[in-house]
Amino acid sequence: MSKVKITIAGVNKKPGSSREYKTGGWRTMKPEVDIEKCIQCLKCFDYCPDGAVKKTEDAIEFDLDYCKGCGICERECPVDAIEMKVEEK
Amino acid sequence: MTEEDKELFASGHRMCAGCGEGTAMRAILNVAGPNTIATVATGCLEVTTTAYPQTAWDIPLVHAAFENAASVASGIESALKQMGEKGETNIISFAGDGGTFDIGFQALSGMFERKHNVTHICLDNEAYMNTGIQRCSSTPYGASTTTSPSGDVSIGEDRPKKPLARISAAHDIPYAATATIAYIDDLKKKVKKALEADGPALVHVFAPCPTGWRHGSDDTIELSKLVVETGIFVLWEAEDGEICDINITKKPKERKPVEEYLKKQRRFAHLTDEHIEKIQKEVDEKCEQYGF
Repeated sequence: MSKVKITIAGVNKKPGSSREYKTGGWRTMKPEVDIEKCIQCLKCFDYCPDGAVKKTEDAIEFDLDYCKGCGICERECPVDAIEMKVEEK
Repeated sequence: MTEEDKELFASGHRMCAGCGEGTAMRAILNVAGPNTIATVATGCLEVTTTAYPQTAWDIPLVHAAFENAASVASGIESALKQMGEKGETNIISFAGDGGTFDIGFQALSGMFERKHNVTHICLDNEAYMNTGIQRCSSTPYGASTTTSPSGDVSIGEDRPKKPLARISAAHDIPYAATATIAYIDDLKKKVKKALEADGPALVHVFAPCPTGWRHGSDDTIELSKLVVETGIFVLWEAEDGEICDINITKKPKERKPVEEYLKKQRRFAHLTDEHIEKIQKEVDEKCEQYGF
């Protein structure tokens, strides 16, 4: 356990530092996208609670460092391009 | 600028998988932009985003107590005014339903009354979720929570939900609205309008909670859509205290039966047909008031 230096009044001087904490380890199901089917409507991007969907040139990709595997993207995809698969460790 | 740079609500926050608040917060902060100061009341939003020494906020944030997010935001607004700021900075006070409907209500009402240029955003998940699903004045009729458990002699929560946005609009504030995460463009539009309003504003955001409502983590968006389609939660906005637009685009053409919404959640699993009929009747009456 590393020591945490507490600042005066507990002021946090590093905005957005929760990115250091990878929530991907919580996941039991993992999303996979079929880029052939993806129409880039970006519903998954808008609805993802964890900001784990990234836009690419021709489709989307998942940031598995943060994806918690909730399955919202699979459910809301209008063309069924996303499938949740059991995470293998 | 890539999409990643624009995210002001950072990944790595500790919300449960499928939490509706995460979706709402990403949209809200991206609309508000970097020139924003936020205050946050105690609640799910606070405990999941500010696990020391980290923070999920990419904007200045003050965590106050449970009851005074709106008061602290009032203070920040007054201080900025004294320092000669022209009102370009957005000031938002965030709170959950506990910090808005119950504990923070006095501070909120005071902020409205003093006409501070602050936007209050209530993320409503219909109970005190982060302390263990205790009932709140936002808990709907018939929901089972840990302090209103259903059983042989109780149907769970026996009081209807408090009409927060209507009470806020009655303060004659420039802007009050209800929104939900399923209609994300509508939510963004309403937040933008609230921030642009000259004076206090309120946006009541309906955000499902898989943990407390006992539904699948992937049902979050569908439930927030169903709640509008059944007429249980009406999307509207009011300017200067007058309900000017019951958002026509989201007015369901044919309302679905409330059963469809209730049956998806285990907190309503104990309801009998009689109870559901009673809820349906109440929803029908409410929709008639709103004119559809």
